[in-house]
Amino acid sequence: MRDNVILDVSKLPLHGMGMVSPTWWGTCAFMLIEGTGFALVIAVYFYLMSLAPHWPIDAPPPDLWAGTWVTAILLASVVPNILISRWAERRQLRRVQVGLIVMTLFGIAPLVFRIFEFPALHLTWDHNGYGSIVWTMLGLHTTHILTDVVDTIVLAVLMFSRHADNTRRYGDVQDNAMYWNFVVVTWLPLYACIYWVPRL
Amino acid sequence: MMRDRDTQEPLDVDLDDAELAAKLEKTWASRPGFWGAIATVDHKVIARRYVVTAFVFLILGGLLAMAMRLQLSRPEACFIGPDRYNQIFTMHGSNMMFLFAVPVMEAMAVYLVPLMVGTRNIAFPRLNAFSYWIFLFGGLLLWLSFALDTGPDVGWFAYVPLSGPQYAPGKRADLWAQMITFTELAALAVAVEIVVTVFKQRAPGMSLDRIPVLVWAMLVMSFLVIMAMPAIMVASSTLILDRLVGTQFYNPALGGDALLWQHLFWFFGHPEVYIIFLPAVGMVSTILPSFVGRPLFGYLLLVMALIATGVLSFGLWVHHMFVVGLPRVGESFFTASSMAIAVPAGVQIFCWLATLWAGRPVFRTPLLFVLGFIVTFVIGGLTGVMVASVPLDSQVHDTYFVVAHFHYVLIGGAVFPLIGAVYFWFPKMTGRMMSERLGRWAFGLIFTGFHLTFFPMHILGLWGMPRRVYTYQPELPWAGLNLFISLSSVILAAGFLVFFIDALRSWKNGLPAGPNPWKASTLEWATSSPPPAYNFRRIPVVGSRDPLWSEAADLPVAAGMRTHRRELLVTSMVEALPQARESSPSDSVWPFWTAIATAIMLIWSIFSPWAVVWGSIPIAVALIGWFWPKGTPEDES
Repeated sequence: MRDNVILDVSKLPLHGMGMVSPTWWGTCAFMLIEGTGFALVIAVYFYLMSLAPHWPIDAPPPDLWAGTWVTAILLASVVPNILISRWAERRQLRRVQVGLIVMTLFGIAPLVFRIFEFPALHLTWDHNGYGSIVWTMLGLHTTHILTDVVDTIVLAVLMFSRHADNTRRYGDVQDNAMYWNFVVVTWLPLYACIYWVPRL
Repeated sequence: MMRDRDTQEPLDVDLDDAELAAKLEKTWASRPGFWGAIATVDHKVIARRYVVTAFVFLILGGLLAMAMRLQLSRPEACFIGPDRYNQIFTMHGSNMMFLFAVPVMEAMAVYLVPLMVGTRNIAFPRLNAFSYWIFLFGGLLLWLSFALDTGPDVGWFAYVPLSGPQYAPGKRADLWAQMITFTELAALAVAVEIVVTVFKQRAPGMSLDRIPVLVWAMLVMSFLVIMAMPAIMVASSTLILDRLVGTQFYNPALGGDALLWQHLFWFFGHPEVYIIFLPAVGMVSTILPSFVGRPLFGYLLLVMALIATGVLSFGLWVHHMFVVGLPRVGESFFTASSMAIAVPAGVQIFCWLATLWAGRPVFRTPLLFVLGFIVTFVIGGLTGVMVASVPLDSQVHDTYFVVAHFHYVLIGGAVFPLIGAVYFWFPKMTGRMMSERLGRWAFGLIFTGFHLTFFPMHILGLWGMPRRVYTYQPELPWAGLNLFISLSSVILAAGFLVFFIDALRSWKNGLPAGPNPWKASTLEWATSSPPPAYNFRRIPVVGSRDPLWSEAADLPVAAGMRTHRRELLVTSMVEALPQARESSPSDSVWPFWTAIATAIMLIWSIFSPWAVVWGSIPIAVALIGWFWPKGTPEDES
């Protein structure tokens, strides 16, 4: 077939940010997958709860302090996270570099408190169905924090390298920030389930 | 900001067609040799591997089916013992669902969607390569364990407590569960690629109401994968946890619940049926118009029916659990929703019938398979409405009636359209036609063999023969029909043999096809057969739903793309207005290494929970290698 040129695209940019970028949509799709996973784990929690004669089974409600600290740190981290996304949009390299270091620390801090969340449950995963589901919820969310921290560290190193000053990298920073928001938001219902539902 | 380093590099407008093709070939082609083949990210190459691998698994699963038919051909036969038989029916079901049906449909999407939307590669092509390797390793894991007599033996849905730590010692159930992790990971990756390809890489002008029905079907299928497969991953992971580290999810004595498994499994398992069926709907809706010479009747209705089916498919899962003793109200709800899904299915059937009625059908092989599909699927759909009713289901649950029903909907509803689709798109994929004579033989044998094999199973089921028994006593009235079924299955197998012989022969010696042998209307037929590595010399611009029918003489295209890097057009989601010239990743061996590292971690974790800790390190290293920028022109912005 002969080509009949009817459209000139030579003025279009070589990369799009935000909703123009396929990576942005890919990140959203992965958040949908993982969000479904979190929703299912919460559904399992309530399912087992509906069958149990009393809840939690054979254990007092978990101690609040560690989980509440994690929640507070995660919520606080949203502020620098939104800022870094804004700086990335404006391509302010120096600020993005500082922001990534700050976000790395904001990723490690909840992991430290997370270590104390497991003993605060007052039972192990193999004790009963309640123990199994709360350990799984915490474990699943910890994997997400851990993954994003590693991601943030790699990105931080990258932003100090010669590859840094590139729209594509700023897009990566924005997508990483969006994913961190997801990690924070998914924690809130988990926190409510693990710590407050047993107190109802 | 990085500047355009090669301003001397010509844009496509500066080149004539031959020069442009040569330049694009240089940019897009994979390197020759072994590592070039490992590193390729061409969606067509990967899709071809996916299709071929899935068909190999179909043959293996078919051989298992023949082994079962041999064992059941007479009462108290001794060809296969009970333990081996358990492994065989588990392998047959798991293989056909997880290693054949879902992967082959996704593979067709990987091949066709980028061509049909007029782009140069799938979104996230490296993820696509990773997906294939993970699928391959998962399949090898399952089949190697079967070869070593540790094949899973707990049925393809692996109900607890049978599959739990108490009743399934050894590693058989773990191998099943981990095979699930492999295949679902692969499927989820492809689903993400398809969604983003359809959302962001459509040719300019291909607004939502101009998307080919097949692409709509693959899009809905991908969303079903995204929403349903996490359920089976949660299920299989918690099963492994119960078996490996002693969690109590499925132990009713300690606050767990056995039915939880069934809920999780079927919350995935029912949409799974539509993950397999909806692509077939897309195939039928694409093949039909080409052989009746008129556009599809009821495009909007069909698309709405696809979406409605997708949504409803999440509200049906409990109809697999009618005999477990759930509250009556719940059962009534799921009966109603199970019957409701017959409405969009009916809409689809009537749209196809109207298309046939209003056109002038040319009965070539692909159309024969479509007609065979309509007949068979309607029968399967009718028994589906029957088993949606609780009293009837309670009677036939776990009998051969159910076996007959789901083979009607799966083979009739998905494999018939798939084979029709292979006859239809084989010329595009290979540049050669398949044989019309052998195709008619294949259709005749498969259609006849199928109905003679599976229709009598309805009767066997009504006569009370349970599924999954390795033999039966001579006093029971089942011997005659069983022998008939076993003999008929030979006809069915012969049909598949003819089909495979035809495909292999035509691959080498088929008649040259030319770009558009069927005079079809969608964009994949606008390029050569097989398409070049870059798919389209220039990105097409779409002005109607059947672009190749409205513009007969020449193809409206966009120009102004750079040629020294892999580049494609990103367009807006609703109207497909051009937004950016985005780069498409170059070849890379890192997805392969990532898949190897992932496979090691997953298989190791069957044996030790520490595998998750130590095995994650190589995966992280491989992922960093994958994503670290290499300073290629593709990284420019």
